[in-house]
Amino acid sequence: MSSFSFDGQPVPLQPGDTILQAAQRAGHEVPHLCWHPEVSASASCRVCTVRVDGRPAAACTTAAAAGQRVECHTADLRAQRLHLLQMLFVEGNHFCPGCEKSGHCLLQHQAERAGMTDLHYETLNPERPVDASHPDVLFEPNRCILCQLCVRASDELDGKQVFAIGGHGIATHLLINSASGRLGDSALAVTDRAAHICPVGALLPKRVGFAVPIGQRTFDDAETRG
Amino acid sequence: MSTANPAPAKLRVATVSLAGCFGCHMSFLDIDERLFELIEHIQFDRSPLTDIKTVGLCDIGLIEGGLCNAENVEVLRAFRANCRVLVAVGACAITGGLPALRNHLDVGDMLQAVYGTVPDDPELPLPLNKVHPIHEVVRIDHSLPGCPPSADAFWHLLQDLIAGREPAHGLIRYD
Ligand code: SF4
Ligand code: SF4
Ligand code: FES
Repeated sequence: MSSFSFDGQPVPLQPGDTILQAAQRAGHEVPHLCWHPEVSASASCRVCTVRVDGRPAAACTTAAAAGQRVECHTADLRAQRLHLLQMLFVEGNHFCPGCEKSGHCLLQHQAERAGMTDLHYETLNPERPVDASHPDVLFEPNRCILCQLCVRASDELDGKQVFAIGGHGIATHLLINSASGRLGDSALAVTDRAAHICPVGALLPKRVGFAVPIGQRTFDDAETRG
Repeated sequence: MSTANPAPAKLRVATVSLAGCFGCHMSFLDIDERLFELIEHIQFDRSPLTDIKTVGLCDIGLIEGGLCNAENVEVLRAFRANCRVLVAVGACAITGGLPALRNHLDVGDMLQAVYGTVPDDPELPLPLNKVHPIHEVVRIDHSLPGCPPSADAFWHLLQDLIAGREPAHGLIRYD
């Protein structure tokens, strides 16, 4: 079977594999935020950036090929990933101690894994009003990292196209497909896949916060959290 | 004549809570009986534990809380000027924390809503427009994230600093 090298270890290939898919199947951790096995890849976060034969590439969209030399957990790529995560934190308003997603949040998890102990950059404090208009789903844009997972889930899994990304530069934001622009007037139902796929606490089903005790949450692993 | 080496000088440690809730200090005290071992190696300077009001020359400064008023900034600058190693302790010092939830509100409106009037007394420090994390004002050497950081996180940091090692990252959590 053909293979490529991932941080010096051989990873077997299957036809159509991306680097991320093949590496994860072989048990390697590839840090990622905007990738999810149920929807198409968008390469919007770049947290999964690896070096392929010396050139940086998004592991979630780059096709794996026999003989490739892929580097993932090198000191310089780790440093880049850390700064990317720090930028994601200061570009939003993340209050983890009061967030229902804490302990289940992929952004938090990746930052902890990356050894993020401080923000490094200046906090931007963007103004992003909360949309609580939907009876069953909360939209908290202060936590949105523009990963587009809800956009793709709504389109590809729910067949609804409730979400899109719009705006420009630092003002880029999640758009909601309704005449008022509010979630309560959209076609979103709490049973939709899009209502549950958000990796952070931006789209949350209402009335289920803090359901799992600390210590038993998805990312309460002893390695990073003690 | 004794040939034993003289006991090494104790490290001077100062601690303060700026815009914080003292939760980090409480977590620090949760190192429990290890405090007895610690006190063999450190001596407290300015701290709520000593009630000393000004910070002297120190080896380590532990800062809890972010910056919500002009006095916080002044105290932080005094700590930076006096402490060899400055540590940002807890979510508020590192990110602004929950006090920064007020950053989207107008300070005047808020004071009005809470007190019915904007308090006006020369004793009161001037509130800042926004709550800031401390790294936006002074250089920070180490950060202990968490709301609050665990007692073990304090313990490991101080053990490393006492031994003269670069503190190891571990025990990272933001809640
Ligand atoms: S979404 Fe994640 S990173 Fe953001 S506040 Fe919530 S737990 Fe923290
Ligand atoms: S709401 Fe959540 S899933 Fe949608 S783009 Fe923002 S972070 Fe991604
Ligand atoms: S996971 Fe690949 S770019 Fe986001």
